[in-house]
Amino acid sequence: MSAITPELVSQHQLTDAEYRKIVAILGREPRYTELGIFSVMWSEHCSYKSSRLHLKKLPARGERVVQGPGENAGIIDIGDGYVAAFKIESHNHPSFIEPFQGAATGVGGILRDIFTMGARPIAVLNSLRFGPLDDTAAGARNRRILQGVVSGIAHYGNCFGVPTVGGECVFESCYNGNPLVNVFALGVARGDEIFYARAAGIGNPVIYVGAKTGRDGIHGASMASAEFSEESKQKRPNVQVGDPFLEKLLLEACLEAMRTGAVVGIQDMGAAGLTCSTCEMGSRGGTGIEIELDRVPQRETGMTPYEIMLSESQERMLLVAEKGREHEVFQVFRKWGLDAVTIGVVTGDGLLRVKHHGEVVAEIPNRELADEAPLYDRPHTRPFRKAPAEAPPFGSRDLSADLAMLVGSDDLCSKRWIWEQYDYMVRTNTVAGPGGDAAIVRVKETGTSLAISLDGNGRYCYLDPREGARLAVAECCRNLATVGALPVAATNNLNFGNPERPEIMAQLVEAIEGMAEACRFFNTPITGGNVSLYNETLGEGIYPTPVLGIVGLLKTAKPTPMHFQDAGRAVVLLGGLGECDDVRFGSSQYAKVVLGRLWGLPPALDMDYEKQVHSAMREIIAAGLAESAHDLSDGGLAVALAECSFGPAAVGARLSIDSELRPELLLFHEAPSRILLSTAEPARVAEIALRHGVAAPVIGTTAAGQIVVVNRGQSLISYSIAELRSVFETALERKLSIG
Amino acid sequence: MKFGVIVFPGSNCDHDAWYAVRRNLGHEAEFIWHDSKNLGGVDAVILPGGFSYGDYLRCGAIAKFSPVMSAVRRFAAEGGPVLGICNGFQVLVECGLLPGALIRNRNLKFICRPVRLRVETTASPFTAAAEAGQVLTLPIAHGEGCYFADDRTLEELEAEDRVAFRYVENPNGSLRNIAGILNRERNVLGLMPHPERATEPLMGSSDGLVIFQSMVTAGVLGR
Repeated sequence: MSAITPELVSQHQLTDAEYRKIVAILGREPRYTELGIFSVMWSEHCSYKSSRLHLKKLPARGERVVQGPGENAGIIDIGDGYVAAFKIESHNHPSFIEPFQGAATGVGGILRDIFTMGARPIAVLNSLRFGPLDDTAAGARNRRILQGVVSGIAHYGNCFGVPTVGGECVFESCYNGNPLVNVFALGVARGDEIFYARAAGIGNPVIYVGAKTGRDGIHGASMASAEFSEESKQKRPNVQVGDPFLEKLLLEACLEAMRTGAVVGIQDMGAAGLTCSTCEMGSRGGTGIEIELDRVPQRETGMTPYEIMLSESQERMLLVAEKGREHEVFQVFRKWGLDAVTIGVVTGDGLLRVKHHGEVVAEIPNRELADEAPLYDRPHTRPFRKAPAEAPPFGSRDLSADLAMLVGSDDLCSKRWIWEQYDYMVRTNTVAGPGGDAAIVRVKETGTSLAISLDGNGRYCYLDPREGARLAVAECCRNLATVGALPVAATNNLNFGNPERPEIMAQLVEAIEGMAEACRFFNTPITGGNVSLYNETLGEGIYPTPVLGIVGLLKTAKPTPMHFQDAGRAVVLLGGLGECDDVRFGSSQYAKVVLGRLWGLPPALDMDYEKQVHSAMREIIAAGLAESAHDLSDGGLAVALAECSFGPAAVGARLSIDSELRPELLLFHEAPSRILLSTAEPARVAEIALRHGVAAPVIGTTAAGQIVVVNRGQSLISYSIAELRSVFETALERKLSIG
Repeated sequence: MKFGVIVFPGSNCDHDAWYAVRRNLGHEAEFIWHDSKNLGGVDAVILPGGFSYGDYLRCGAIAKFSPVMSAVRRFAAEGGPVLGICNGFQVLVECGLLPGALIRNRNLKFICRPVRLRVETTASPFTAAAEAGQVLTLPIAHGEGCYFADDRTLEELEAEDRVAFRYVENPNGSLRNIAGILNRERNVLGLMPHPERATEPLMGSSDGLVIFQSMVTAGVLGR
């Protein structure tokens, strides 16, 4: 065994103070394997040591919350005796190093988090960020990463048999060296059949199930806790390889084993593998765990205890069974052709004791290891930003051409090329799939459906992290309201740069506080999530990118489409035309795509008004008055109008507006709290809006084949739908086929 | 009428087929595990979509060796109706119950989307309730659904009226736009689109029901 030298400690990314804490906990120098175990459990990825202090500010309780943060996934009550388990998780670093496997195992990891709680996954969504596809220097690599990530997600999800029902995909130069791959999964279980990751019952056997352990992914968690440098590509062996077929078998076997009643607790082996699952289950159960590594199924020969404990081989689970009933569990796993071996026992001494050939190689108190990781109150100053406050002079030469540029831009163009590679309907629960405001999956066992939306806007957060995070919550809730759903709970993925830089730490702190405020206001407690820090390459950080995933409830019914259905209907802008000035226009897609600039501030949000718009919208849908509905976000009114017109019926609209705003702002500003809907009964819509204190001007009439916008008699935009739609539909594929 | 839905390790549309038959068609359905040596007296067999045995080696290539497939072969030889959907079609081709092969989509990518297909023959227990030339909207969801066969086989299929469905807009490069074919005895149908995913308005289409209804009608008449 190697002696523990300062070099070895620093190679494990542990500080001197952290090392001293280890020595104090153990009352002695750690053994080599113990050092490895501490280093992964106390990595940023596993311990949240920089963010934990601030994460506590997030609301975690609510009337529907059955399980908040701290388990493998959050759980909410969805009525009729059923619950939904859901969470979002990032696989940013692995996806940069090896896009296909990085993204695939990201899907695999979050799926295990869901079914380890006893819930069958019924929906996956993803939030992706890449560098621009036509970037002169990095374009080719960005295109390759996008293609790899999308095929990785498709490969894993399609084979596993979970529908990928939606998501978002955004491009910015700051993601050139650091793409983001955040995957959300949701599953459903009966309320009385939830399983927790707790090792209870002294003397109960600890059972290893699933794939064999290999040398892959060792120190994956530590890799995800460091910045990238030129050498990072050499970390490719740290990325795990996924096998969705094995995961599908593991899912069925685990759910079947749970039904026997012999399973006491269960946890997946994700980041930090066997280490994390053993000590966390012991810590939560207030127990000790003793395992013998000789019994761990191994794919390779000669693996050391260090390697076995730190391996991140995929598709493995650890479970604790009731003593004397092991055979019931074994029988199920045998049926599915999977390894299931008793590797240890639950003890009463609170220690994680690891043996190899009968010899103790690690002996660490579970609670201290899992829950007493260092906690840092890192210094934070003013959030980093390098963008002017004032607007440059600008003016449009051709507003119709601007609109075409926007609908054909990386962010706003159709993502069909991406989502058609995902099986978005397997399990036949998909009521509304990709391409709309929110995805909807029904729960067949009840009359309830779940609506899900993922949102995050790095530009907004870069200009003002607090306001940007509030806007993300608002937009997520608005997306749900647009399909008639009531938001009930949330999960978050906080993607930031290096927290050891005070101006980056400030971004994180302000974003969390803004999110906390908005989640409290909209009554969407955060039931869990993920923090991904050190998203920097060669000192270049990403925009602060908090991503929200919010789940809402609605009655199962034919969904309200986003596209206009018929000509001659009134077009209502629920929430009104909204306000904006040149300073707040600097965060818009217009500023980005048409002007190539970023300045000023994100749009202003009035949360009270936003909420009123949502309740009005839900009532309008419940009354059956909306023939179509689509929320205004990136690209503002004109882009929303175009998107509403791209339906199979090719019904557009003629808008006639009365506004003082200059045309660029009127058409393209991104003030929140606005939803564009079409209705045959504008008077009844107006009556509902009035009751909720919400403006609802009729701004035009739907019309076949065209998009026309006139303000105070001045024609601003005139386009045939066919022409504009072809720009929208073909843009992504065209960019991907460059060189 | 009782449908048996075969479950291979890696099948993932088994439940969808079961649900379509039970809830939307209103008939009986039960799962049959891949190591079963008999089919337990079902009236029709469905080989569902998914990734049987991980689809390693080649789609459907390992499934043909499973014990249940011997029972399915016997069932088919005795004239029992067998419906292979997506991966089920791939399995039928691999084990020789249907001719030709299913290779990677022309664009080399997995494609999930609703497509239109035309009913090419009503002379089968799977299409008798449809009208000749009727256009159905059913989803596809596959990476390897491009139908391929040599000219002689294709001519034979055409001459014997065994092309059951053709794509109106060919999504995957299938020769002669073929989406589904029958065996010579017309009691085995394989198709890439998913009729079970189009059996109620909430799924966006109910056009798939006509295939199951045809099977029920044929089953009743056959008795």
